Amino acid sequence: MRAIAFAVIVAAAALVALPALADEPTIQLKTGPGLDKVEGNCGACHSLVYIQMNSPFLNAAGWNAEVTKMIKAFGAPISDGDAKDIAAYLAANYGT
Amino acid sequence: MLTRRSVLGAAGAGLALAGGGWPKLSDSRAAGAPVTPGVPAGIADAATLETLPGKKPLIRLAYRPPNYESPLDYFRTAITPNDEFFVRYHLSDIPDVDAATYKIAVGGEGANGQTELTLDDLKKLPAYEIVAVNQCSGNRRGLSSPHVAGVEWGYGAMGCARWKGARLKDVLAIVGLKPEAIEIAFNGADGPAFDKTPDFIKSIPVWRAVDESTLIAYEMNGAPLPHLNGFPARLIVPGWTGTYWMKHLISLTALTKPLGGFWMNPAYRIPVGMFPVVARFVSQENATSTPITEIVVNSLITSHADGAKVKPGNNTVTGLAWDGGYGITGVAASTDGGKTWSAATLGEDFGRYAFRPWSFAFKAKPGKNTMMVNATNKIGQTQTAALLFNPAGYHNNVMQNITLNAA
Repeated sequence: MRAIAFAVIVAAAALVALPALADEPTIQLKTGPGLDKVEGNCGACHSLVYIQMNSPFLNAAGWNAEVTKMIKAFGAPISDGDAKDIAAYLAANYGT
Repeated sequence: MLTRRSVLGAAGAGLALAGGGWPKLSDSRAAGAPVTPGVPAGIADAATLETLPGKKPLIRLAYRPPNYESPLDYFRTAITPNDEFFVRYHLSDIPDVDAATYKIAVGGEGANGQTELTLDDLKKLPAYEIVAVNQCSGNRRGLSSPHVAGVEWGYGAMGCARWKGARLKDVLAIVGLKPEAIEIAFNGADGPAFDKTPDFIKSIPVWRAVDESTLIAYEMNGAPLPHLNGFPARLIVPGWTGTYWMKHLISLTALTKPLGGFWMNPAYRIPVGMFPVVARFVSQENATSTPITEIVVNSLITSHADGAKVKPGNNTVTGLAWDGGYGITGVAASTDGGKTWSAATLGEDFGRYAFRPWSFAFKAKPGKNTMMVNATNKIGQTQTAALLFNPAGYHNNVMQNITLNAA
């Protein structure tokens, strides 16, 4: 069941991300562990520039709160595991 | 929990995006952007000037959802041209709205009836014009110290236009409000990319909805609204921040209970008692926070950026001042760090909700000169010397203190 749910989530991210707008500027975030999950999850609903924009002034707790807000307030379908990896990536690459 | 249905919904939203009213970027992208000094380093690096359809180059903070601010040099007139006006969206499914089939649904449990208005219906109602500042609640968030999360705006998430439309009170009168109606809620045609994300729906108190200045505007500076500024019609709530100026307005709902949802609480809140605002939104207040309402008195030096070069001797600095609709009565300038102040000359008055131009002549001494500006409104409010820090970075009206180098 968990595997199926995960597959559906990945599919959802891909389906949302794919139609992305031909004109959307490509945002190259810093290379690091978790970047694929950031691109797949965060990039499904918004430009990745929002990460650069909010840097570098959030600490690990601040970035964790942002990821939690995306899930709880905005309904982002991010698995617990991905959420952890995303928060860790953001803190390591765009944190204080 | 994600379901097949929501996956399809999300995919559908994505597809709608691709075929919808998305900005198509011009090929002529200018490199670098004149971002406001003091914004986070990440956005100072990433921001760029970009030309959206029907617009002059704006500072792109983000493409999806689109958030673009006006550069400082677009603020040299009291009226901001449509093609220089900032663009701000919360959510990224932004459909093209067909004016021929466009309708606004009016009703709700606080109304005596319900109806639908077409754009023609709206235009048949008595038309009113008002010059008013539309300022994003988060304008200058990027200058918060410490920085706070959000769209990191500099000075340019604002503009002032001559809006023409029907009074909201006339539209509400078509259905009639029950005595127990307390808020009017409204929605726009834009929506989230993912169906679990809360749609952007807002409300204002009934007293504010029936104020004569509150319009449903279908013209901006004598032309139809630009797509990215809310075509074919948007709400105009003069004096109040942009969060209430719903673009692509599609529904008006009279409520007998306070509107809930993310965009009313916790979003767009200020700490109770922190700011000297008069207009209250009582049905939404709680012990610690209250919705942002009216714009705080503010000013901006627009003729010179911080650090600009001037010639020694006679110079004139110009700018704009505005507030929540009481009206600007004076602008004071100081060239000695705030020890002494002199009155600037006020320019043309387009009404109490408009940008008020001002100018100040001074003699620059060779080397470093400083310029501070402080606006006053009709009820005696002035700008603050120090930031009133709040977690969302709202209501930054700290007096500017810029340096002008004479050589």
